[in-house]
Amino acid sequence: MATHTHAAAVAGLPQTMRRPGGILDVVQDWVTTVDHKKIGLMYIGYALIFLVVAGCEALLMRIQLAVPNNQFISPQAFNRLFTMHGTTMVFFVGMPILFGFGNYLIPLMIGARDMAFPRLNAFSFWVSAFGGVLLYFSYFAGSGLYGAGTAPDVGWFAYAPLTERVFSPGHSTDYWTLSILLSGIGSIGTALNIVATTLTMRCKGMKLSRMPLLVWLYLVTSCMVFVVVSPLTAAQIMLVIDRYLGGHFFDTQAGGSAVLWMHFFWIFGHPEVYILVLPAFAFANEIIPVFSRKAIFGYPAMVAATVGIGFISMGVWAHHMFTVGMGPDANAFFTFSTMVVAVPTGIKIFNWLATIWGGNIQFATPMMFSLGFLFQFLIAGLTGVMLAASPFDWQLGNSYFVVAHFHYVLVGAILFMIFAAFYYWYPKITGRMMSETLGKWHFWLFVIGFHMTFDFMHIPGLLGMPRRIYTYEADRGWGGWNMIVSIGALVQTVATLIFVYNLVRSYKKGEVAGPDPWDAWTLEWSTSSPPPSYNYAELPTVGSRRPLWDLKHPDDPDSNFE
Amino acid sequence: MSTAMAISNPTEDEWKQPSRGMVGMACLIAAESAIFVIFVVAYIFYTGKSLNGPTPREVLELPIFSTICLLSSSITVHFAVHDLRASRIGRFIAWLASTVLLGSIFIASTAAEWYKLIYHDGLTISTNLFGTTFYSLVGLHASHVIAGLIMLGLALILAILGKVNAHHAERLEVLSVYWHFVDAVWVVVFTVVYVLGR
Repeated sequence: MATHTHAAAVAGLPQTMRRPGGILDVVQDWVTTVDHKKIGLMYIGYALIFLVVAGCEALLMRIQLAVPNNQFISPQAFNRLFTMHGTTMVFFVGMPILFGFGNYLIPLMIGARDMAFPRLNAFSFWVSAFGGVLLYFSYFAGSGLYGAGTAPDVGWFAYAPLTERVFSPGHSTDYWTLSILLSGIGSIGTALNIVATTLTMRCKGMKLSRMPLLVWLYLVTSCMVFVVVSPLTAAQIMLVIDRYLGGHFFDTQAGGSAVLWMHFFWIFGHPEVYILVLPAFAFANEIIPVFSRKAIFGYPAMVAATVGIGFISMGVWAHHMFTVGMGPDANAFFTFSTMVVAVPTGIKIFNWLATIWGGNIQFATPMMFSLGFLFQFLIAGLTGVMLAASPFDWQLGNSYFVVAHFHYVLVGAILFMIFAAFYYWYPKITGRMMSETLGKWHFWLFVIGFHMTFDFMHIPGLLGMPRRIYTYEADRGWGGWNMIVSIGALVQTVATLIFVYNLVRSYKKGEVAGPDPWDAWTLEWSTSSPPPSYNYAELPTVGSRRPLWDLKHPDDPDSNFE
Repeated sequence: MSTAMAISNPTEDEWKQPSRGMVGMACLIAAESAIFVIFVVAYIFYTGKSLNGPTPREVLELPIFSTICLLSSSITVHFAVHDLRASRIGRFIAWLASTVLLGSIFIASTAAEWYKLIYHDGLTISTNLFGTTFYSLVGLHASHVIAGLIMLGLALILAILGKVNAHHAERLEVLSVYWHFVDAVWVVVFTVVYVLGR
């Protein structure tokens, strides 16, 4: 944690202007901070708030869909709910929580005192944060503050020409566009910072080939952000031009193309999934070896597979558009390229299995979540390969099968690894352990709830239930399945509440962790918990991929085997 | 507080990493390039698809002179960095001033072109698809030129005030890379809009 004096020095304010200890003092400390750890924590905290908000939206939708012909929520409100749920989860939960962990961990892991551009870091955070606030402000101001406002209701991919002024009057769509524009600027700023930090701030001896895999994966993710988030920013600028200056980019009545928006959106939208999942892989790369008590298996293959995923994932976007009618050549190409992504992903899964194989496995909560992740990510990948086959996709495109598939990735893989990361790094961040008992309760309840919801969600999809409907007739035969799905959502909610309680309780009452509670090998565990301002009084020097192993085992250092 | 002093490798006395500013600028250029690519793709995709006139062939003229100005400003900014590094401040200011001048000529001729298009040819951003894509692509580039001019102008003012010396050469070089990027984008925009799109 940065100290009082640090923030004062950074803010450039004389010490006399600050009354120490007051609430204003604390607020000023956090608002003006450029410390990577504080910014990381603000990212995480802000993402957690939005996680709860978007989770409640999901819960409302599940209550509405639990039984046929339900009148709990109006169709208009339902449209707003799924739009806000999707937009929030992707841009204001997924991205910030991953950037938050990256911000916190990368300088510590590469032996640096801060990010390369600390002020840009603060700017990126605040711009993203205001984006999120702007999105929700639409609930009050979406119609321009006369009467009740409305949230955007165009869906998270906001297909044209629905977003044109003619079809979406008022300002709700503008709030959607501008909030995503801001979030995009913030993402590009943070990604730029991560790349510059990784390439220019490594401590002595930390060659690229010795970086922790987490840092490698964040490097690849950040490079993807430039190429992937920028097209979305460009498309949003076009939409703003259409809505405010009378342009015709997506105005089909003036010759504009709705399909062009789909291309632009999915050029962002599909690689975005990989931007979200690579940090989850990154957590797994750190956690699985430590709890298997073995070095990661196939480090170079992991790096190569990551870079491979980065490249291939940029050539698969139109598998979201098989039902548009792109013609056999494009369909064949995107079916093929999508299936090819499974190869580097498979390499990763085998490497994790090989890391666990023969290890002295310790079933602590972070490892439990990682094992759940491995299993569920495999299934999510398999339904992905099914949907990649374009004829299969024609049958199931826009059905609940698709919803089940991508939630399997987002919840079953990414959220599970985010939970694992919380249990793993919480002791470093706060100096206290999270409760293992509550952690186990959280894990098992969440696994049960997850499988109830998302395993059974595939079935109404196969039976023909389309996504985004607010209710359905009783004679469709979807009622029972939807009831199970909704009950599963409630179980997940209870599990998440246990997690939040654990977070709060452990902050004061958790067991004191010490600098290295897991007997781990990367540099962040060499500092105190929580780490001091500027992390390292004296910058470390490393001689292998596992510097702390070398330190603890001077008789048998890894550097002998490089 | 503890520090990790793991076994250090004696062969690594030289520990050099790339410059922060350059890496940051390279990342910014990557992101900006992606934005431009999308606008260029939209321009090409909508070429000839406008439902009504005016068409590019009727109204666009090749901006040869301003293109020469902008491209030569890349050379002048290069010399400016070179002279600053060698602490030849007088020549540095002269080169930097000519860069700003050349860039300003480019922006002025874009303004003149837009004035003609709007008031004489009746082409605005909402006239047709050509207008929408033309003004947004050329305008996106022009806004980057203006951003560059503001930064170069700031450097020029500071230089005239005597606050720039050879220590700032690396920062100015980062800025010059941005300027080269803006020029390179113009080559693409020129080719797509004025050569192929006409």
